[in-house]
Amino acid sequence: MFYCVYSTFISTFYDLSKILGPPTSWFILSFPKMATPKKKKMPVQEEIQDVDNDSAMAVPSSAIPPPNISSIKNKMRRTHEFIKLKRQRRKEKKELQKKRKRETEALGDEAPPKKVPKTIENMRVFDETMVDPQDEEVLHDEAHDEMASYFSRDTRPKVLITSSDRPRSTTTRFLKELGQCIPNSEIYYRRGLDIKKVITQALAKEFTDIIVINEDRRKPNGLLLCHLPDGPTAHFKISNVKLHDEIKRAPKSTEHYPEVILNNFNTRLGHTVGRMFAALFPHDPQFSGRQAVTFHNQRDFIFFRHHRYLFKNNKRVGLNELGPRFTLKLRSLQKGTFDSKFGEYEWVHKRHEMDTSRRKFFL
Amino acid sequence: MAASMQHVFVGAATGVFKGVNLAQKKATNFQNVASLSREEEICAMCWGNQQESQVCIGLKNGLVKTFDAEQGEFTDCANCAGGDGRFTGLAKYQGSLVTCVESGLLRVWKDEGEKVDMDVGKDVCRMRQNHALPHQVATGGKENELKLWDIQEPEKPIFKAKNVRNDFLDLRVPVWVTDLQFLSEQKLVTCTGHRQVRVYDPATPKRRPVLNVELGEYALTALSVTPDCQSVIVGDSQGSMVMVDLRMGKVQKAFKGFAGAIRSLQCHPTLPMVASCGLDRFLRIHDINTKEMLHKVYLKSKLNCLLFSSADFTQEETETTKKQKRKLESSNITDEDEDELWGNMSVVQDGKKTDKTKRKAKTKKLKKPK
Repeated sequence: MFYCVYSTFISTFYDLSKILGPPTSWFILSFPKMATPKKKKMPVQEEIQDVDNDSAMAVPSSAIPPPNISSIKNKMRRTHEFIKLKRQRRKEKKELQKKRKRETEALGDEAPPKKVPKTIENMRVFDETMVDPQDEEVLHDEAHDEMASYFSRDTRPKVLITSSDRPRSTTTRFLKELGQCIPNSEIYYRRGLDIKKVITQALAKEFTDIIVINEDRRKPNGLLLCHLPDGPTAHFKISNVKLHDEIKRAPKSTEHYPEVILNNFNTRLGHTVGRMFAALFPHDPQFSGRQAVTFHNQRDFIFFRHHRYLFKNNKRVGLNELGPRFTLKLRSLQKGTFDSKFGEYEWVHKRHEMDTSRRKFFL
Repeated sequence: MAASMQHVFVGAATGVFKGVNLAQKKATNFQNVASLSREEEICAMCWGNQQESQVCIGLKNGLVKTFDAEQGEFTDCANCAGGDGRFTGLAKYQGSLVTCVESGLLRVWKDEGEKVDMDVGKDVCRMRQNHALPHQVATGGKENELKLWDIQEPEKPIFKAKNVRNDFLDLRVPVWVTDLQFLSEQKLVTCTGHRQVRVYDPATPKRRPVLNVELGEYALTALSVTPDCQSVIVGDSQGSMVMVDLRMGKVQKAFKGFAGAIRSLQCHPTLPMVASCGLDRFLRIHDINTKEMLHKVYLKSKLNCLLFSSADFTQEETETTKKQKRKLESSNITDEDEDELWGNMSVVQDGKKTDKTKRKAKTKKLKKPK
């Protein structure tokens, strides 16, 4: 029985070789051919022969779109159609770019200026609180505000860093890294003490700032920055925390005083917050340490980075990221030291009133 | 110098005294900013006279300056130092100044250095004068109940409020009067730092509040009575401004647009408008009936107190209406010309009704599927 089957198989095998030719050619079965099966005749490619050209319902052929690629059930055919479409689109785009380039070169000096794409930053809603650097009133206000004693070099910063009660490992590591990053800082465990009591003790020990890291679900999620003796209290949301161990190839930071870079704190509120950050670090950075701490504000998110830079030559700089990396978002700014119940707020983030426009920012 | 009339006078925490003209949307500083110090912070303001042409400003260092709105400059400066703390209230009685400081010293500064002192208790937060009966003055503060005083009888208060009953846990309810106003001739309304709005009636023998409403989540900082005396507008430390109906004892409306604590509120005496200023450095004018924000002026410094003048500024000409008037005048069309104009125009005839059955084929542009 088996012998019969085998013989028939061999006979068919030999028959096939007559039809298809030598065996080597079989393997050039041309895969592309397999992948391109018989095309469905798309009715759109042909002209629609409208019998009654004068009828009210005549529709020009170009107006009917080709059927949607996603309606093709066969995955191979579908992907192929999509690749074709993408190729065609890329080609059209390149042609358009070339055409535009040719036109601008042809016009030379008369060419219209290059168009600037609209971004959320340059479409930002006009903010009347944007600070004019020469504004007399704002300068006077800042010269007499709570942080003025730092900027006039009357006080030197001394920072107390603590967390919410019973911090987990991530938060304790975060505290230690912050302590390394901010010079002249001391880390204390909270041990269930009220913030108002922490403030009175800190005032007695001549601290100038208090940072309280709040933790939720084993991760730091809030930062309370309170300037002493009667300075404003800022409450931030922390997100996207990356510690020193999580940053690849991060070297260890040293004790040198870093340079502080504050970017984009343009509005009056931004100025106050920027000054609070600046007041955490000592005035004279030690340039030999080549360390820089950056608070970059973009779209109301403040990005904290800690780098060591190295000038390779006059034009190229290498950056090595040290220390923690996190993102802050201001939730409220309260006048006076921490008093959330009875304190007066200078600014509170009210989501439903303030987050209505994608192009309106406050810092 | 004050060629334009100022509708709202605002005092800032830096000591700057500003006037805002709402029709022209202009704010002017009446002092040179650079010459001020922190000690000249404006704590209290009041009208210097009935015509509202003079403003008395109380500073942190104890001075009281008088500003003349017509001349546009400060005319007088009196040293009213006495007691500890900032001014919590200023008033004018028979031409003499009445001041009250935080430590409780209420003083009437008569001419020739004569002073009449009254002790109104410790930790006073607010002192206000009754406009209907100028010899009556009310004070209140932290753990300092509302007291109604007569300037002519400095010994004892006419009316001293009593605290409400113990709460459901049988604990004493703390007292903290942050702002108070006279409601009509006899009644008083106060707002507290513990989020309560209370109405007192000294005419009745009942010393406890006639109405006690608990609102919101944050301490109330400012209060103003609406022109119809039926409701009250309160502002709190997180920037929510709310209108409370005193007959029902409920919140009627909420005004939006604030970002920071509201330090001072005042309703216009006749128009349905309320002006508010606060720590977010903006002066806002809302319409009481429609809740709409009519004006929002950025004033660069934290604002402490404001005074809304009684003038009807909505009737004042703004720049745009002035231009329109000028245009009309220059065109000079007389009656005869008008008749000619109308006569020359062609008569428009009614068009035929379109046949609804005939529909033009609309060729809509179909979008390419992506």
